[in-house]
Amino acid sequence: MHPAISVIVFTVASGAGFGLVILAALFSAFGIGGGLSLGETMTAGGLGLVLATVGLLSSTFHLANPRNAWRAFNRFRTSWLSREGVFAVLFYPVAILYFGGLWFLDGAMTGALQGMAVLTILLAVAVVFSTGMIYACLRTIRQWNTSLVPANYLLMGLASGGVLLTTVLAYTKGPALVTVATTTLTLLVAAGIGKLIYYFWIGKPQGSTINTATGFTRAGVRLFESGQSSGAFLNKEFGYQAPISLVHRLRLVVYALAFVIPMALMVLLLQNGMGVLALMTVFSILAGLAVERWLFFAEARHVVNLFYGAQRT
Amino acid sequence: MRLGLVIDLDVCVGCHACAVACKQWNSSGTTGPLTDYDPYGADPSGVWFNRIRSFEVGEYPQSKTVNFPMSCMHCETAECVTVCPTGASYKRPEDGIVLVDQDKCMGCNYCAWACPYGARELDQASGTMKKCTLCVDRIYDEVLPEAERQPACVLTCPTRARYFGDLDDPDSAVSTVVRERGGFQSMPELGYNPTNHYLPPRVQPPAQQAENPLVSLQDKLKEWMAKAIAK
Repeated sequence: MHPAISVIVFTVASGAGFGLVILAALFSAFGIGGGLSLGETMTAGGLGLVLATVGLLSSTFHLANPRNAWRAFNRFRTSWLSREGVFAVLFYPVAILYFGGLWFLDGAMTGALQGMAVLTILLAVAVVFSTGMIYACLRTIRQWNTSLVPANYLLMGLASGGVLLTTVLAYTKGPALVTVATTTLTLLVAAGIGKLIYYFWIGKPQGSTINTATGFTRAGVRLFESGQSSGAFLNKEFGYQAPISLVHRLRLVVYALAFVIPMALMVLLLQNGMGVLALMTVFSILAGLAVERWLFFAEARHVVNLFYGAQRT
Repeated sequence: MRLGLVIDLDVCVGCHACAVACKQWNSSGTTGPLTDYDPYGADPSGVWFNRIRSFEVGEYPQSKTVNFPMSCMHCETAECVTVCPTGASYKRPEDGIVLVDQDKCMGCNYCAWACPYGARELDQASGTMKKCTLCVDRIYDEVLPEAERQPACVLTCPTRARYFGDLDDPDSAVSTVVRERGGFQSMPELGYNPTNHYLPPRVQPPAQQAENPLVSLQDKLKEWMAKAIAK
């Protein structure tokens, strides 16, 4: 699959943004580990909303006919893309009610606000889960057609959101820093394991072949002529294939930047509480997840490639 | 009713006439034009609803060239319709034809991702997704003589490798030929249940070869000498 920059920015930024909102709402509404101060909650919530919004706006840049984008809420009953849009639109008023209400009450927590926080968390989880399901529901791309995809999207969104919340707390020296950093470390480990399982899983040969595509299952089949003198839509959209050596090197980059370095920095941060360590973690994980997302597209092989010379997907 | 095509791989010669006829008819049809990019330049490209790929099946000398025309399969489980967020893609309940409402499409490409058969192509000029309509603007046109109420690709095929009809009706010509010739679907394992079927090449005995025993030049010369002396 062709890795489009707009979709990489969208999924990484909105994942981190929704992850940050989820954790900020959770820690502030229920006072976990000492809770968040009003300033910390507002900073984290505001940053999360900005990141989610930047991501969602970026996603509209890959539309060829954006003037019909408002119609995307129509097929809620069948389309995960539509569901993502609907959940995102429902998320904003609820999240603004929670963070705005908290601001209005000057940080005093009430039962109604806690209810809003739970709703905010549920809707944010629904948006990120839908983003994963957009890819996971496609039977045409075997590398995506797995429940590992939405699980990984959620874990990576929460882990990157956790890194951002830790950074906020590292600079404000909030009481919840240790709990948040420990939670983030756990999420980083879980996300890393999820991605490791995914990389092993997609290495297993499976899926459609040129034989099932042409119906000649008892003889070798090879493309003789594609019938085209130059590339067309299908080749541009699905034909991209990264060299295997580059894929393997980039997987190491993903591991280093998105998981191992953030984990090490989190451990160091838990020992000395330096804010600059948290900031370094933010840059590392966002860069790592951008590479991860690029690979997510570059490694995906659509079955249409069978009709342009691929033997299997 | 479940309208679709049946394509005879035994007969298709890969002449691309169906693709050209499709492009000609649909350029002025309901989802036209099928925009061309840089048509007279060095690297012409464009939108087609029907593409023919040629494959070599088997190993030489036991090999065969198979031409494989592909257009929209009008699947029973049309995931392109399921995933469409705007409602632009739809499957007509009355005849199973899958269409794209050009006024509703936002050009997100998601349906093309969901299609295993490469049937959908984005038109860069209009920013909308386009695909085979099974010549819906032809097959119901009562102005045309009844014999011509068929998709353009079927009418034009010089080898009559393409059949059009109702695959829901077990007694229709298309259902009968699929049953008798062992017609199959492309990528049945994906579960899209495409309406279009392909007929495999017929199993035929090896072609008769002329008797041509190998005779050495020396023997030929002796034979000629013997004939000449006998005269």
